[in-house]
Amino acid sequence: MHATTPVPYRVLARRRETADTVTLDLVPAAGPLRPFRPGQYAMLYAFGTGEIPASVSGISGDTLGHTVRAVGKVSEALCRAERGDWIGARGPYGTVWQTPPAGSDVLIVSGGIGLAPLRPLIEEVLDRAKEFGTISVLAGYRNPGEQLFLADLPRWRSRAHVHVTVDHPEPGWPGATGLVTGLLDSAGYRPDRCAAYLCGPEVMMRATARDLLRRGVPADRIRASLERNMRCATAWCGHCQLGPVLVCRDGPVFGWDHAEGLLSTPER
Amino acid sequence: MDTSAPPAELDEDGLAMLVDALQARGLAVIGPTVRDGAIVLAELTSADELPYGWGVEAEAGTYRLRRRDDRAAFAHSAGPQSWKTFLHPPRARLWQADRAEDGTVTVREDDDPPPRYAFLGVRPCDLRAIAVQDRVLTGGAYADPVYGPRRAAAFIVVTECTEPSGVCFCASMGTGPGLPDGAVYDLALTETIEPEGLRYLVRAGSPDGEDVLAGLPTHPTDGEHARRAVADAAGRMGRTMDPTDLRSLMAGTMTAERWDQVADRCLTCGNCTMVCPTCFCTTTEETTDLIGDHAERWRRWDSCFDLDFSYLHGTGPVRSSARSRYRQWLTHKLGTWHDQFGSSGCVGCGRCIAWCPVGIDLTEEVAALRAEAETSEGAP
Repeated sequence: MHATTPVPYRVLARRRETADTVTLDLVPAAGPLRPFRPGQYAMLYAFGTGEIPASVSGISGDTLGHTVRAVGKVSEALCRAERGDWIGARGPYGTVWQTPPAGSDVLIVSGGIGLAPLRPLIEEVLDRAKEFGTISVLAGYRNPGEQLFLADLPRWRSRAHVHVTVDHPEPGWPGATGLVTGLLDSAGYRPDRCAAYLCGPEVMMRATARDLLRRGVPADRIRASLERNMRCATAWCGHCQLGPVLVCRDGPVFGWDHAEGLLSTPER
Repeated sequence: MDTSAPPAELDEDGLAMLVDALQARGLAVIGPTVRDGAIVLAELTSADELPYGWGVEAEAGTYRLRRRDDRAAFAHSAGPQSWKTFLHPPRARLWQADRAEDGTVTVREDDDPPPRYAFLGVRPCDLRAIAVQDRVLTGGAYADPVYGPRRAAAFIVVTECTEPSGVCFCASMGTGPGLPDGAVYDLALTETIEPEGLRYLVRAGSPDGEDVLAGLPTHPTDGEHARRAVADAAGRMGRTMDPTDLRSLMAGTMTAERWDQVADRCLTCGNCTMVCPTCFCTTTEETTDLIGDHAERWRRWDSCFDLDFSYLHGTGPVRSSARSRYRQWLTHKLGTWHDQFGSSGCVGCGRCIAWCPVGIDLTEEVAALRAEAETSEGAP
């Protein structure tokens, strides 16, 4: 089979996360794709509409979780998919969230839907919590209505420090207010023994990485998932060029020692 | 292959027989021919359709045919097309999908056999361009299903270049005008104009090439005239580009002022990317029938000069200015191509200079960027 041909999946379950975001659990309708690892992505195909890259937000056997925000025609079509519907998928593509070294403090920082690609890593780290020191999840959103994976939070909170902040709180908002970088002081981690994972808007990842570097976290212990336009996922189409790398092939997850240089040239 | 075979040549009849022989092998012979005021690449029914007696005058933003005072068939430089039109076509269907009443979708790949081409008149610069696209489209983890089979089936007849134009600079890029060492081809020709008519120094570069050549009437030659014609061509390039460490030069130019200067002229039309024999970028399109139960995935050429090319939801185009888009194109072509695919993306064919509507000349831009870099290095 050709590299760009989607294979059939079915929607096993659909959960509405927010007004514009749903999580689909997809099961293979024929043979499964090769196993996905946290940080990798699939190309998801909505019949008659098109294909988009989507990081995996849940991995359970052959079942793939994908959390999709409706921002364009394809993502809208995927968000409309219902239980039993046919979805095409291909992958896995891209680099992985490297598992933290044993004994590390784990610091996971997200902005908006950036929490979705981090979710499989969070689950993996929590499953093996004994191997690590402090585990912290810091999630920033524009407003409380954008929060994802609310059903997971109680379980996550039992084994990790989970802090949520929003830019625009509503009356009665119990959490923090302001940028996610404002949470870095409250998270308990040893900068020299920390493995940090960032996913969110580029400006949020730059600010977070800058603050972590200032606090003494080594650049190569910070990992970030970058985003660029992708059409093929197979390094043929050129859309995801970012200086010397093709994000589809060499990313999306990069060490900050690499990513900092990639993002240092304003492209506009 | 017997590389020690004594040099041999074909005459004009022999060239005609070569076209017939390739057709007899079931190959569609694609070669240069005059159409719409240009020398284009098209399927030839016979050697009669070659552009006998036509030459080309090319300069920045200029391309004109001119009558030659001889009958040479290959005394012209690159036209608006390159072989990528055939190997990496402007539009290609990747697959089709049909939805049944129960919602089940069946995805079908095309199983048509790939077209089998013989390319007649591939310049050494363009041969390198094919090798560059080989790496991009079939050299990585995934082999392109459109390009790969077409490329594997292609029979390549190189013609060394004896008549470079004003925009050519293959000599400085090490890609021509003669065949570089290690070039991979089936047959190679070098055209010379002798008192008794056209002559083609011919050698085989593959078993297939040997096989075809064995069926053609050749005459012994010392090949000296052909070698001299190619050596002369190297000295008649209209342009040069200093290839010294272009990769690090490009990496260091991100904040150069020269980009603003070129951005003032660049129309971001993308012509340079369409005529470039190595530019490979594509986008995808989903089409459906009226009922909506049949869908097709098409791929078409795209350009990094297009605003949508780098579009990200929530952000818009990552590269919105002409400055950033021209810089992306040139620094990729000459610099980061090395990082991504292990070679330069420029073969010195000069097409982007001739077909730029405002005559932007990448050799001039590189010289200016180099001068700016040297000036700022020398600054206190």
